[in-house]
Order: sequence, then C-alpha cells, then structure tokens
Amino acid sequence: MILPGIIDREVRLLVQGITGRQGRFHTEQMLRYGTKVVAGVTPGKGGQEVHGVPVYDTVEEAVREADPTASIIFVPAPFALDAAAEAILNGLSPVVVITEGIPALDTLRMVSMASRRGVRIIGPNTPGVIIPGYTKIGIMPNQYFSEGRVAIVSRSGTLTYEISKQLLDRGLGQRIVVGVGGDYVIGTSFVDVLKALKDDERTDAVVIIGEIGGDDEERAARYIRESGFDKPVVAYIAGRTAPEGKRMGHAGAIVSEGSGTAESKIQSFKDVGAYIAYRPSEVAQIVAEVLGVE
Amino acid sequence: MFLLEHEGKEILRRYGVRTPRGIVVTRDDLDRLDSLVEEYPVIVKAQFLFGGRGKAGAVKKADNTEELREVAEKLFQLEVRGARPERLLIEEFVPHEEEYYISIMASKSDKSLLLLASRYGGVDVEELARMGRHILRISLSPDEVPMDNVYRAVAKTFFGSVERDLVSKVAGLVKPLFEAVLGEDLLLVEINPLVFLGDGFMALDAKVIVDDNAGFRRDVTSFYEYNRSMTEGERIARETGFAYVPLKGDIAVIGNGAGLVMATLDLVKYYGGEPACFLDVGGGASADRIAKALEVVYKEVSPKKIFINIFAGITRCDEVAKGIVEAVDRVGIPPEMFVIRLVGTLEDVGREILESRGFRVYKDMDEAAKEVVKA
Repeated sequence: MILPGIIDREVRLLVQGITGRQGRFHTEQMLRYGTKVVAGVTPGKGGQEVHGVPVYDTVEEAVREADPTASIIFVPAPFALDAAAEAILNGLSPVVVITEGIPALDTLRMVSMASRRGVRIIGPNTPGVIIPGYTKIGIMPNQYFSEGRVAIVSRSGTLTYEISKQLLDRGLGQRIVVGVGGDYVIGTSFVDVLKALKDDERTDAVVIIGEIGGDDEERAARYIRESGFDKPVVAYIAGRTAPEGKRMGHAGAIVSEGSGTAESKIQSFKDVGAYIAYRPSEVAQIVAEVLGVE
Repeated sequence: MFLLEHEGKEILRRYGVRTPRGIVVTRDDLDRLDSLVEEYPVIVKAQFLFGGRGKAGAVKKADNTEELREVAEKLFQLEVRGARPERLLIEEFVPHEEEYYISIMASKSDKSLLLLASRYGGVDVEELARMGRHILRISLSPDEVPMDNVYRAVAKTFFGSVERDLVSKVAGLVKPLFEAVLGEDLLLVEINPLVFLGDGFMALDAKVIVDDNAGFRRDVTSFYEYNRSMTEGERIARETGFAYVPLKGDIAVIGNGAGLVMATLDLVKYYGGEPACFLDVGGGASADRIAKALEVVYKEVSPKKIFINIFAGITRCDEVAKGIVEAVDRVGIPPEMFVIRLVGTLEDVGREILESRGFRVYKDMDEAAKEVVKA
C-alpha cells in the first residue's frame, strides 16, 4: 500500500543507470521482489533490454513509451544531479537517489528544483524505500523485510537490515522502511516521514535509527511534541562513542564543535517521551513490549 | 575538509574579498623573521584546523622583531586539543572599531545556502544567538542569484542604513562570497570578525570548509588537511576506498556500513571495552579488500582483539570468510585474535570456510561483543 506523503501513487518504476553493474543487479532484485520496473534509462544504450526491462536514451522517451511514475538513480556522482534533474523535469516522484559521494551543492540544486515542482527526493546515499508486500525502490536485501505494522526511518543501511531482521525474528513486520540517507544534505528528513506516518492507519509504532551529525533527530523530536504524534516511537542513535571532528563513514556523521552529538539527540527524544534503545537488539525488544507482542 | 585560515583567505582574495597583507611561516623561518617582516605592529596567528583560536591563546600581537620572534616561538610550542601548529600567519595589524559577522553555509536543515549576518562580530554565532543579538538569515537556493534586496538587508543589519554607497560596498563583499561558495564547492565560509574600513570590507579571519565530495571537479589535494601527516593505514584506506578512523582502545572494529560499525563501537564500549578503530569496508567487499582492511588494522593499531561484524546484504559472507583466512595466512594475524559475527548472504558458506579453520562464528551481535571484551 502506498503511503501518501512519501509514495503518493501506485509505483511504476524507472531505473536510471540501469545498464551499470549496480543498476542491473538491483533491477533484477527489485523485479524479484515484485516491484513494477517498467523502464530503464542509460543515454546511448537505448534499445537494449535489462532483465526484460526496455532501456531508453532519455527519460522523456521512457515516460512516453512505458509511463513510469517514480525513479531510482544508480548514476555515478558526477552525473547524478543531471540524472535527477531529468527525472524531476519529467514529473517522476519520488526520485530515490542511491548514489554516494554527490557534492552538497548538487544535492541542494536537486532538492530545490524538486520542491518547486512538488517532487520528493529520497537520499542521496540511501538504501531506498521498501513497502513490504507491495514494492521496493531500493537496494535492501529482500529477505529481511515482511509485511507488518512497524515503520522504520533510518540514516543507515546495514544497521537498518539488522534491526529489521530482529523485528522479524519477533514476528513484527514492517509497514514501510525509509532510508533517508547518510549524506550531509538530504531531500527527505525524519520529519517528512513522521508527517506521512502520523495518521497512517497501517502504522502501530515507529522506529527511528539516527546517528551523530546534524539536527534531524532533534527536529524529529520537536515535531513529535508539537504535532501531538501519538504512535509510540523507539529511537536508536549510533555513534555515542565517536570522537569529535571525525567523519564516521557517512558524509553527515560528524560531531563538530560540540554539535550533532548522540547525547543531544537521545535527550531530545527522551524529552518527548520516545523510548530509547542503547543497543540495536533492544529496539525489537522495546517495540515488542510496547505493542504487547511476545 | 576544513581549511587553515590562510588557505581560506587565499580563496577569498581570489574572489575579490580583501584580507590583511600577510605571510605564512613555518619553524624553518624562525631565524629569518626579521628579513620577512618589515612593518609593525603585526598579528601572529597559529594555524589550527578549528575555530576558537582567540580563546585558546593562539593569536598574539607583536610590535617589533624581538617580540615577533618571542611570540612565534611560543606559538609553535602551543598545544591546543593535542595539536601543535605547523604554520603561523603573520599579518599587518588592522586598526578598526566595529566588528561584524557574516557567513554562508550549505545548510542541511534549510536545504539551501544560508546567509547569516550580524552587526556584532568577534564572538561565535551560537554565542550571538544566546545573547539575543539579531542575526539576519537569508536562504537562497544555489541557482538563485542574490539581488539587491539581499545586499540591502545586510547593509541594514550592519549599519542600520540602506544608503546607496553602503549597499554597494556590501554587494562588493556578499557577491564574491556567494561566487566563492559556488565556484569552490564550499560547505561554509565564515568571516568573523569582518571589519569595515570606509572604502570597503576586510576579512580579518576566515573559516572555510570545502566539500570532500567535490574532489572529482576541484583539486582538493593541495590543502593542508589533505596532506596532514596521515598514518599509513589512513592512506591505504583512502586509496582502497574504505572509511577508517584510528581510535585509542585495543579492540579493532571492522564491519560493513557506517551505521553498523558505529553501533558496534558503541556496543563494545557498552560492554566495557575500548575500540581501537572504526573501519567500514563498504558494500560488496571482496576477499582481497577484507584482507587489506585486516592488514591495516593489525599493523597499525596493534589490537588485542579484532571484532568483525558483518551483516551481509550485497556483501557475501563467503568473500568475508576468504578474506579472513587470507589475512591469517598471508599477513600472519593470529587466529585467536578474531571474534567474528557473520550473518546474511551466503552465511552458511562463509561459516563453513571459517569453522573448517577452527574459527567460532557468532550469529548474535551482543554475544560476540561480550566475547570480545573478555580479557
């Protein structure tokens, strides 16, 4: 089932950069998952097929021939802005940007162009979005997700799979899992996802997997209070022991001059009544307790 | 990448922002300072890779050669946050009255370029906010060219006036700042203090951060931070493309995915251990890459234990297992040093490879963490 605010309409997916190694591999994985992948684009490779999906030279042509609604981008960083712009100009939404290493200015350009046209950007540097039992626009391994009523929003990839699997081990499936991305600037924030989940009747609880750097978690906490968000929220923040001034793998994961610390984020969530997990394995445990599942 | 003040000022000058005349010296120049500096007084500033240097005593004034030598020697000995400066910036002393603040940053929360300006410079911007000082905030997208309204707003903030001449002086500052941000892929340019000298502005300080991700279209290899004394391991990590941060403890932590590795560090600490490093091998690592990562941590942080935590999606457990075996055979890492947690894609194959070599393979991250902290 779609989630208005994040995925507003039935997904017919376009894969940009479909003929690359990653594009090919994940197109196959998405098809296996049941995602309707209707077209691919790689300039200069029009006319080919990848796992039965027709490849076009331009997004405009793909839209005309195959009528996609959303796009996923596997294009290398130097060309990612151009590719995203092409998706935005053709009205596709959401545009899920998997690419890592995009300069912040390019992301700002992408996001401002998208917001003027009412397009949602998810990422960059994200594993994507999955709605178990319906669709996957992303690269997460299929086996760790299953239909259910817990929503996960995360800045991380593998840590999300880890926590998702532990939920499954307790019989808790997922309503939706949104990787917002590990970059410094991202198109969709925790707050954007919380807004979409607030009145979603299919969501019973929300797991937020945050990390050091920036203030997205603090903003999410403020939104929870100000909006009267009344679904239980379980938060885990990675990087409590990370040293100041060091970038911990993700472009956005850095504590600088005392800001962006895990303590500040944990405190903000505590202040609004969210449950705090101090170990990844506590997340599923807390969710199970809160929902009375055992 | 954080630039040294003098590097930031070089960029500003290139875009037409005035800075004090100055020279950069190293310890080797100590004996010939008198020939390098002719006019006094001068301001001597230790070049550290972080702000707040005034408070740290890293900025001194000198009125003559003797004082300069004395100050310079002292500053080279100054240790702030565990670092000593390798360079000093010696600048003409610029008499001024008012100090202003201006910055432009790629703002994560505003999803725009955010300009901040205040008529009260000299203290940091968080402090200004705490003091309840007015801070002008203007958000522009990178493809919106600033127009006169932006310059008027800044002039009003600085001078309480939108008199034409003042506005044009402001334009002569703000326009090049935006051009520098766009032209050099800056995440931040901050001038604090900024001073007004009647005929225009001058940047007395400069804090500039260049986007590391822009390396494919800008040369970032000449900056100090890029060339700072890196460990061999850090260099190999950069070349090989994995994220590696050496730390102070004795348990090396290696995993796939930044979030998972951070969480693993936290878990080690939670159970009473001290991580020796953060190492993220990234997605889909080959056996060779795993072996290389292991070699780096083994040789460089001399760990007591190596904690490998893999949750395999695109990564394959058989490749990880082969990498571990290779590291033991080729690099000579003692097998008893490893605590291995391995789940996900081709887990059974990986487990079999490792168990046939006598390794124990954990499924549960907590159990593995408890094992690794055992003395």
